[in-house]
Formats: sequence, structure tokens, C-alpha cells
Amino acid sequence: MTERITHALVRDVQLEDLGVLALITLDNGAGPRKPNTLGPQGLDELRAALTVLTQRARDGEIVAVAVTGKQFHFAAGADLHGAAGVTDRASARAIAEAGHETFARLLDMPVPTFAFIGGVALGGGLELALSCHYRTTSAAVRGIGLPEVFLGLVPGWGGTFLLPQLIGMERALRVIVENPLRQNTQLTGPDAERLGIVDAVLEPADFLSESLRWAAQVIRGDLVPERYPGDEPESARALVSSARIEVEARLHGAAPSPGRALDLLSLAADGDRHASVEAENEALTDLITSPEFEASVYAFDLTTRRAKNPVGAPDADLARPVRSIGIAGAGLMASQLALLFARRMQVPVVMRDLDDVRADRGLQFVADEVQKLVTKGRLAAAEGNRIRSLVTSTTELADLAGADLVIEAVFEELEVKRHVFAELETVLSPETILATNTSALSVSAMAAGLQHPERVVGLHFFNPVAQMPLVEVVRADRTDDSAYATAFAVAAACRKSAVAVADAPGFVVNRLLVRLLAEVLGSLEDGTEVTTADRALWPLGLPMGPFQLLQLVGPAVAGHVLDTLRENLGSRYPTSPGLQAMIADGARFVEFESRPTAASPVDISIARYFGSRSERGGQDEAGLLRRVRDALAEEVDHMLADGVVAEAADIDLAMLLGAGWPFHLGGITPYLRRTAASST
Amino acid sequence: MPLLGRDVVLVDAVRSPFGRARPDGLYAHTRADDIAVAVVRELLRRHPSLVPDRIGDLALAATTQQGDQGLTLGRTVGLLAGLPRTVPGYAIDRMCAGAMTAVTNVAAQIAIGAIDAAVAGGVEHMGRHPLGASADINPRFVAERLVSTDALVMGATAENLHDRYPRLTRPRADAYAAASQRKYARALAEGHIDADLVPVGVPDPERGWGLATADEPPRPGTTVAGMEGLATPFRAGGRVTAATSSPLTDGATAALLMDAATAADLQLEPRLRLVSYAYTGVEPEVMGVGPVPATHRALELAGLTMEDIGLIEINEAFAVQVLAFLDAFEIADDDPRVNPYGGAIAVGHPLAASGVRLMSQLARQFATHPEVRYGITTMCVGLGQGGTVVWENPHHASSHSTDRRSTDD
Repeated sequence: MTERITHALVRDVQLEDLGVLALITLDNGAGPRKPNTLGPQGLDELRAALTVLTQRARDGEIVAVAVTGKQFHFAAGADLHGAAGVTDRASARAIAEAGHETFARLLDMPVPTFAFIGGVALGGGLELALSCHYRTTSAAVRGIGLPEVFLGLVPGWGGTFLLPQLIGMERALRVIVENPLRQNTQLTGPDAERLGIVDAVLEPADFLSESLRWAAQVIRGDLVPERYPGDEPESARALVSSARIEVEARLHGAAPSPGRALDLLSLAADGDRHASVEAENEALTDLITSPEFEASVYAFDLTTRRAKNPVGAPDADLARPVRSIGIAGAGLMASQLALLFARRMQVPVVMRDLDDVRADRGLQFVADEVQKLVTKGRLAAAEGNRIRSLVTSTTELADLAGADLVIEAVFEELEVKRHVFAELETVLSPETILATNTSALSVSAMAAGLQHPERVVGLHFFNPVAQMPLVEVVRADRTDDSAYATAFAVAAACRKSAVAVADAPGFVVNRLLVRLLAEVLGSLEDGTEVTTADRALWPLGLPMGPFQLLQLVGPAVAGHVLDTLRENLGSRYPTSPGLQAMIADGARFVEFESRPTAASPVDISIARYFGSRSERGGQDEAGLLRRVRDALAEEVDHMLADGVVAEAADIDLAMLLGAGWPFHLGGITPYLRRTAASST
Repeated sequence: MPLLGRDVVLVDAVRSPFGRARPDGLYAHTRADDIAVAVVRELLRRHPSLVPDRIGDLALAATTQQGDQGLTLGRTVGLLAGLPRTVPGYAIDRMCAGAMTAVTNVAAQIAIGAIDAAVAGGVEHMGRHPLGASADINPRFVAERLVSTDALVMGATAENLHDRYPRLTRPRADAYAAASQRKYARALAEGHIDADLVPVGVPDPERGWGLATADEPPRPGTTVAGMEGLATPFRAGGRVTAATSSPLTDGATAALLMDAATAADLQLEPRLRLVSYAYTGVEPEVMGVGPVPATHRALELAGLTMEDIGLIEINEAFAVQVLAFLDAFEIADDDPRVNPYGGAIAVGHPLAASGVRLMSQLARQFATHPEVRYGITTMCVGLGQGGTVVWENPHHASSHSTDRRSTDD
């Protein structure tokens, strides 16, 4: 991929009566939608401009230098794709050094330097701003941050040295380590000001001219921005150490970037700029050439690009309008779907269940959830009223007759669902889309026997519906393009990312998750220690361990899905007598009070339920990890051979969004490839 | 009392630097509404004692109310400028007298007590919206000879003035235009121009962001000798040249008006006190004489004569049109009362924005000439109109508004 060069356009601006300020505009010439990124040629151009300006400053021609971006974008950081293509250490180091050498010219400029952050400033873009002596930002900016650690890197263009100096170690840890690990949280302009990253927040309407006025006040000495007094090196290092303990407890060293960032922050406490520069260069060199970074950029692309243009979706023009929605069922899943459709699609939604109690309970759930959102300030009261007025419930089948799409969310049993569809067909127009929210059953089997099976699709939303970003859109044997396109349109209107999947058991996410769980359970049956099994998958850095996941899903539900998959996929999904016994006893995998979380500790006493095949002797941690890797690789191969998805990338995208599997695994297949567990 | 109702004062008026309406002009890549937003925000920033909630209306003019000048400018600019949503706004069009009409309109609203304070101004990005470019002219105008076709070409109407009044010669026009450039240059050097200018951030995809801080159209050093060979683009063998016409211009203006009591409450110094105003129609073919009947009418309303007027800010759409006005009132071409800071021939004429520029300059001249009691701002309007506002100098010893400045009654 050739670099889309972000140019450094320099223009002299008369700064009141003070003299000339050289204003650098970063602009890649690609309009307001494509962020500025900093590749080697762009950095060269900026460095050349700054070299000239350094001389002009020495010659007394200019009184200040300022850097700003094009409209809505300051700079979104390094050119990730360029960096991801680098495989040798020398080239990687060149990237690290180019940033340092360029930004040093701002730090060392003989006249004051300013960054006017009028738009997105991420990663290397923010480090560029940090290298200026002063910063303003617009109150409208959303998207300030250092997401490097999230992407498998470190803020190695000065970020780890400059930020703790500017805002203190405690806050720097939040920006450099915690936020990236918390779903890559980013800051707004006002957030950045509260943290001390910028000196002033100005209104967006006349941001540039007011930033220049602000700069004039600073140069004149009328305004001295308040700055953090600085940390004691000892206490700064102590803060890093406690952060390291927290990170370690969560990630168990699964990804290298957080640890490297912490190392650099610890070093920064010494206040030795040159030592920090060298250490940042070294860290970036290691990380840019690491497989985790390559996988992260791949994952980043999948979630930002492929997720928006699902491969396998028919032409969007074929979609039918969905002006009203019916839901068969009013249970927990049905109610969550009703809320989603009413909120995002803003169409009338009717839930139908068998008796008034259930119908009312579903409606009450929607009303309660809306109220929670309004109370939290996430919804305006009027919007809440609109959503409530859009959702109704009924016991009359005929009340679903006017819907353009009816989705069933009834008990996960094929016969029940077939019955529901058959019943619906008696009242619906032949044009109405029939969708199922099944997580593992055959959609084709559900459609069999209907008069119009071509309108049946699968729309597999994940629980909790409001939070989970993925929908598996299932094409059954006879689904026609129009129905399938409509399903994608619905997913998009609900602001979910869609992956096109064939009608195969468990589709993608549940099939792989259950396979993983089946291997862990199988390993326990073979005699593996519970604590060993609990730790074995740590190197993957999954958002949740297998036992926590089993508990969150519920042992009974997990057993049910396992049975379904075994019926369809065979012995790769074997019975677990231990699981059966636990279900029978109502036993729990992990210890928890109200509800299980990723941090709930495993109950080692569950060992008593397992060991049915203990003559095999179980595995050690490495052995179980290898076993899980091989199983996943095998399952991926089957899925690709069976055409469950178009490409392996769709499996990765599904695992990233549907299971929250980490970027540094690239979903899963890049990790399987590099650990030689898979040939794909 | 010449006008009924409450005393209305102009507290301040500011403008953007004016830019040439060209592909390489100052505002070539800046939206018209963004220029207006910058001006309105600076106007209010200069007067922190005025809580924005007290602004009763925001009237903004543009001649071509489309695209970035469309969608009810007064409202869109209010929202974009961050005014409270409770502040209403509207759009105005009286072609070149748009901002002037915005001012007199809100003044009337203030005078009758409907509102206490208002912002009025105008914007014209002639680079994006050449005059009349998108107009769909009714064929009846031509078929029924309602107006001659050249009434729609402003330069042609200027040529028509030369025809109608043979005393208006090209040498007089050239001399007047050269003087305009000279007077502007001197005013700039003396610091009378910059004080009203709002710096505007201007994007440019080729050159990066810049800051508009100075007017672009003026051509300092222009001489009569240099004008002699210039072409007459509106008519072969004509008399009107680029040098004696106002250049096509981009820019915005805004003024803050309120009733005198509110100004006193807020401890804001009135800079102009409204005495009277008038708009009149004239033959479209000679729209340049519009200021003559409008001024007669406004003076009559004020109970004044031209003798009483110590300063005149007349919009220089064309030199010949100013000369027609001067002849009508028997004022010398080089009378020092007339456009002491030069005029639109030098600084430019962003149509619907220009009216407030006249006022901001008159206000500045009033401050330096407390001996002058009355002044006028006047301008001609395309399709045959004139508009004149008579103002009293609050700095004058016997000024009406100074009498009333008491906060405790």
C-alpha cells in the first residue's frame, strides 16, 4: 500500500503585533473523512519544514511555530499499514527514529511551539502535540488518546516520556495503559484538559483564530498555563509497579505491549530524555516486528472495514423495507430485541407470547430498561417515551400480521420453532421476512415444510443484545437474496456488525467457543487438575477463562448447546459426565455472589465431578493449551471446508466481535498459524 | 421626535477582513456562514456584560440565500455561533442594502419595545455566489419592458448614469476612485481600519490554514494616470472601469443594537444613535441615484437638512454613483465629510454585508469628531433602490442619548 502522504503546509500568520507565527497545517488532501496519518514520507516532509523553521527562528524571522490539522482531524497517528508491513528490525527502528527526530525539532525549537488540536489526535498524532510546548483543543474533539498498547505497540515517539512529565504518572498510566485496555477508551477535548494534557479548551466555532489569540497571550506573558508540578521518581515508580500487578492479574503476560509500556514509564521516572528515547526506539523495534502487532493491525482492519462491508451480503438494494417488526415470544431475549429494534430502527415492535403474564412481563422489561437509560442520562426523556410507545405486546397471533419482519425468540428447540413458524405463516403475508434468533439450530430445518421457505433467515444476536456488537446473519438452503439482504439491512440499522454465515451448527462463535470449552472439560475428564486447566489458556489473553464463561452461560445451557452440536457435528463435541453431574447438582464452576465475572475464582472442588477418563492422565498447562489450539485449528479447517464463512477473516471478525477475543490473536487464525496449529 | 418609540443605539459593529472573490482569494475555501459566525462571536466577545440570552433577535442579510448562505442565515449562524437556542433569528435580503435593512429592521423591533437588543449584519461570498447567478428572471421584465435588460447588470447602470448626467465624466470618476484608495491607505496607516476587523481562520487545501487579518481588495498606490488605459468592460467605449467600480468581494459584518436604556444598564457606550431611516425606489436602469431620494426622505423625517450632516458614509458601488449623489446635494467631489476612510472602491463591497461597514466606520469617525452631531450612511441598491440612515453622534455635547444615560431611574 502506498503512503497517503500527510503534507506539512507552512503558512506565515501575522500574530497580532508580535510578529510572524509559522502555522503548519497537517493535511493529507483526502477530505474531512480520511484521517491524517504519519508515514515515513509525511514525517520527512514535516521534519524538513521544522528544520527550515528552526533556522528562521534562530534568524529572528518568526516568533512562534504552531501545528494544526485539517478540519476534524489533527493526526490519527503513525501509518499503521506501513508499519505493519515492516518485518526487519532495521526498518522498524527507522520508523521509531523518524518520529523522534522529527518531534525533537518541536521540543527543541528556539521559539515557543503550539499544537492546536482541532480534531482527532491519536497515537503519534498526540505525541506530536505533546512535543509542542503548549496545546489547545476544541471542545468538540472526541478522539484524543494513545491507543498504541491496544494495537500491540507503545507510544514510542516520546509519549512514554513526555506524558508522565506533563500530567503525572498516575494519569499517564490511565492514558497509556488503562484506557487502551478498557475497550480502547478515548478522551474528549474537555477530558484532555481535565487531565492536563492540553492547556486550554476553546470553542470549535472559531477554534483556530482563538487558538492564535491564546498563543499570543502566552507569548506576551499575559497567560501562564498551569502545569503539573512533577512526581518524585520513587513514587512514580511505585505507581508503575502497582499498575503492573493489576495488568499482570488480567493479562498474565499474554500480550507484550502493556508490559513494555510499563517498563518505559518506569524508566521515564528518571527524567533522562535520551535514555527514554533510546528505550522507546528499542521497544518499538521489538513490537513493530512482533506477530502480535501484525495480528492487531489485521484485527483493526477487520473491525473497522470488513465489519462495515460484510462479505457475502447481497446487494443492499435488494433489501425490503422494514417498517414494523413482530417478535414471537416476550422472554428475556425477545424483550432485549424489542428494545433494540425500537431504539435503533425506530419502528413499531409487537411482542407476542402465549399468556398475558408473559406478554406483560416483556413489556415491563422494555419499560424498565428504558427508564434505566433515561436515569443514567443515556437517553433523553422524550426519546425514552418514543421507544416505549413503539413497543407493545399481545397474546394474539393476528397482531403480528402487519409486520414486515417477524423474528422468533422462543425456546431453543427445533420442534417449538417449527411450530411457531408454521403458525405465523397462517397470518403473515408471503412477503414478510421470517427470522430466527437461534444460536445453534438448523435454520433450514426450521424453514422446511413452510409454504415460503425463501423468506426465512437467521439473525443471531448475542447476549446481552445491547452491548454485543455482532450479528451472525444466517443463510438457509432456500433463503432468497431479498430476504438475506433485508437481514443485513436490519443488522446495520441496529448498528451491529454482521458476518454472513452458512446454516451450520453453532454458526461461528458458539461453535468455536463450545469446542474450546469441550476440550477443557474433556481435559478435566482425562484427569487434568482444575487449577492447571484454569491457568492453561492464560497465554491467549482471552477476556474470560473457560470456567467463568461456562458459569456465565450457565452449565445447563452450555450442556444443551454441547448436545446440539454433538448431534450435528459428532464426537468432536463429546459428552462430559462431569458437566452432567454438575448440572444435576446445580453446582457452580466459579465462586461468586450475585453474578459471575471474569475475575470470579474457579471452585477447585469441582474436581470431584470429573475424571471419568482419568486413565489418560490429563495434561499439563502447555499440553492443554496445545490441545485447545489444535482443536480450534481443526474446527476452523472444518468450517472453511464446509463453507460456513467465505474466508478465515470472517471467523476472526466473528470471534473479535462476538466473543471479544483479543486483537493480539488477530481473532484466532493468525495466532493458530503462527503457533503452527493450523495450516490455513 | 423624528421616530416614534424608544431610543435605539448602535453599541458596536465589526466585520471580517474583506477578501477578493477569486479562486485564489482570502476566503476561496471558507464557507460564507463560517465567516458570519466568526464575526458574530467576536462582536459578542467584545461585550461580556451582555448576556447572550438578552439578544432578542439575530437578523442577517445575504443577497443569494442559497447553499452556505441559505436556510435562514440568522438562525443557522446563531446556532453555529453557539448563541443560546432561545435566541431567534431570520434572514434578510435587500440586495446591497441587506445589512442596512437588517439594522433598521431590528432597530424598529427595539424601538417599539418588542425586543431590547439585537444583532444585525450581513454576509456575501461573491466568489461562491456571483450576483444574480442563480436568479430565474421573470421574462415579463423584458417582454413588457418593465426594465431594460441592462438594469440587471450593475456596471451597465453605472454607464447609464454617465449618459444621463453628462457632468459625470470619466476623469472625475477616476479622480474620485484614486482618492478612495488613498484615503483608505491613510486610514489603515492611522489605525482606523484594523480596530473593526475580526481575525478569521481560513482553510486552504493547498496552503494550509491561514488567518485573515487584513483587507485584500485595496490597491494602494493607485493613480489616475495608471487608470487611464483601463478597459471599460460594461460597454465598448464606456467610462466605467475596474478601477472606478467596487471589486467583487467576500466578507461579513455584524452590529450590536439595543435601546439606550439597556445599553446604559449594561454600561455599554453607544457609538451611534439612530435618528431616522428611509428606503426609496428609483428607476432600475439608474439604480445608482437611489441614495438621493432616500437621503431626502430620511433627512425630512429627521427634521434635518444636508447642512446638518457632518459626516457621510456612502457606499461606493461605482465612483459615478457617488458623484451623482454629491452633485445632487451640491457637495464637492473631495469634500472631507465624505468617506474619510475611503470606500468600497478600495475596500470592496460584499453586497449584503456592506451596510454595517458604513456604520462601523461612521462610528469610529464620530468618536474622533465630537464636534459633528449628525452623520448618514447611505447606499444604492440593485434594481433601483436607495437606503439612508441618519445617525446622531453620542459623543456630541448635545446628543440625545447622552442626556438619557442614567442607570438608577
